[in-house]
Amino acid sequence: MFQLQGITKIYRKRRQEVIAFRVDQLDISAGEYVAVVGPSGSGKTTLLSLLGGMLSPDAGQLLFEGQSLYDLSLKDRTRLRREQIGFVFQTFNLVPYLTALDNVQVPLYLNGIKPIEQRTRAASLLEQVGLGDRLDHKPCELSTGQQQRVALARTLANNPRLILADEPTGNLDPESREVVLSMFDAFVRDGRTIVMVTHDHSAAVRAARKVLLRDGQIIGDTNDAISRSHCA
Amino acid sequence: MNLRILVWRELSERPSAMLTSTLAILLGVTALVAIRHVTVFSEREVGQQLQSLGANVLVLPKDATLQDYYSADLTSQTLPESHVASILLANLPGVERLSPKLCVSAKIADRPVTLTGILPQSEFQAKAAWQSVSLFSNKHEGCTKAACGPKTYDAAPESLASERTIDQLKGNEAVIGADVAEFSKLQPGKSVTILGESLQILAVLPRTGTVDDSRVFAHLHTVQRMTNAGEVVNAIEVMGCCEDAAGSLVPRLAELLPDSKVVTISQVVSTQVGINRLMSQMSLFVVGVLVVVGGASVASTIASNVRERRREVGTLMALGATPGLVTRMFLLKASILGLVGGIGGCSLGLVSAKLLGSHWAGVTVAPLPELLLMALAAALAITTLAAYFPARSAARLDPCRCFSEV
Repeated sequence: MFQLQGITKIYRKRRQEVIAFRVDQLDISAGEYVAVVGPSGSGKTTLLSLLGGMLSPDAGQLLFEGQSLYDLSLKDRTRLRREQIGFVFQTFNLVPYLTALDNVQVPLYLNGIKPIEQRTRAASLLEQVGLGDRLDHKPCELSTGQQQRVALARTLANNPRLILADEPTGNLDPESREVVLSMFDAFVRDGRTIVMVTHDHSAAVRAARKVLLRDGQIIGDTNDAISRSHCA
Repeated sequence: MNLRILVWRELSERPSAMLTSTLAILLGVTALVAIRHVTVFSEREVGQQLQSLGANVLVLPKDATLQDYYSADLTSQTLPESHVASILLANLPGVERLSPKLCVSAKIADRPVTLTGILPQSEFQAKAAWQSVSLFSNKHEGCTKAACGPKTYDAAPESLASERTIDQLKGNEAVIGADVAEFSKLQPGKSVTILGESLQILAVLPRTGTVDDSRVFAHLHTVQRMTNAGEVVNAIEVMGCCEDAAGSLVPRLAELLPDSKVVTISQVVSTQVGINRLMSQMSLFVVGVLVVVGGASVASTIASNVRERRREVGTLMALGATPGLVTRMFLLKASILGLVGGIGGCSLGLVSAKLLGSHWAGVTVAPLPELLLMALAAALAITTLAAYFPARSAARLDPCRCFSEV
């Protein structure tokens, strides 16, 4: 699905340059469940942004399904995110003034789905995550676990092929964490791909592949036999 | 879910955040609508006065004003009727007709009317024959109307409203205004009793929208007899052939009749014209203030809103919102502010105009749809334009903001 070749991303601020991420070669296949682990500032979020088509690299090429992602126009990348990629955020990023139902409808609206169908699908997704009786509740009226479930329902709204998750279990209690990770397991069993950034060891062990980052570079990858020991 | 709902939900969540901007727009539109309405109706009023008395000169009692004349409030102030003969004998250049009037308050069926004694033109013919004077024979040299041919006066009694004179009116006849005819159900051929005397109705005047609608015109000498006023009048209207002639008549009449006040309508309305011009310029100033203050307020509010919603915008972009959609989101919000401020301002402006118009300018104001639409369009345009750059900056936000921690 993804091929990163000679990628470098540099942040420049006040005449200082920081290499946020650098990799010579990284391949992620369709159907993989990848956990990206590493300390703060190691480049995890930068990697996620690169994969999501939101941050163009300063050097190298990033191929998505064989096509250079950053040679696509902004419009095409936006459409790609809308149709094929789902995001899960550490702080859920629900729109605070919209109800649970409205929040799940947002990606459907952005994808041009008709209002009646939006409502039906959104209600169905919320039902699946156990929030069928909370459709008209705003985020401030939901618990943390419930908010993350709404966010998950939103992620799945457009039936994406790929989920990019940024610390999806970071703020959750064990029960809610299990709900999220179970959904991820089911997602992968359907043949779809997850790239998850996490500090949570219990979440990382659920992934079939672990990639270890430090100082913007991959120092370990369970796909790579030599560096497998770093990820142990 | 659609863009309209997205914007409306956000506005409903925190309406007070937009209050200042909406208020700025509302107040600006209120001032604009109020001033323009009063100006327009004031200008129309002046135009009507000019039209009805354009080239005329009024001889009034010394202490009377034109306002007193228009409101038919001259009952206690009089001039000797002999002034009419003095003007006739003087044979001033450019004078085409004279119309002396005596106004008194009266009632018909308990409704107040103004009984106006008017001397028909046929009486002047009699006076001229007796005095051996050639009637109005002194033509104005260089008359601006001369090229159009001699002016003809309509002899029909109904033309009194427009011509300001009547050719024939017997001592027992009356011509009534439209309002009088309406409430008393009178028509030509019937008789009306006023101040204890019965008068035959000769004609009903067409509606003019002025105080003439509530007048009853009778022969001057009849009214003098009915009221025991003696040989007096309240006003003498001198019809000039053109405005130039009217202008030159003023000093001559003032010299001829030193105990009277001589005015032309153009002199009197020039003050009002000046005020109207000032108000017109004031409304332009208000537009300027509306643009600057209202626009700056909206721009600042939307910019602040963009800053507060950076994470939300980043999230929307991560979910697949295009920069165009983000721009439209903020522009639509600004348009709603403009619409609310514009509609509120138009409503409040209209109420203010009605109150100010009647109390300060003495005019009755009615809504002007074109002006209201223009004010609303201006409010919409100002708010949308003011929000354009903040909206564009929102569209250029880095979508990676969605990953930033709180």
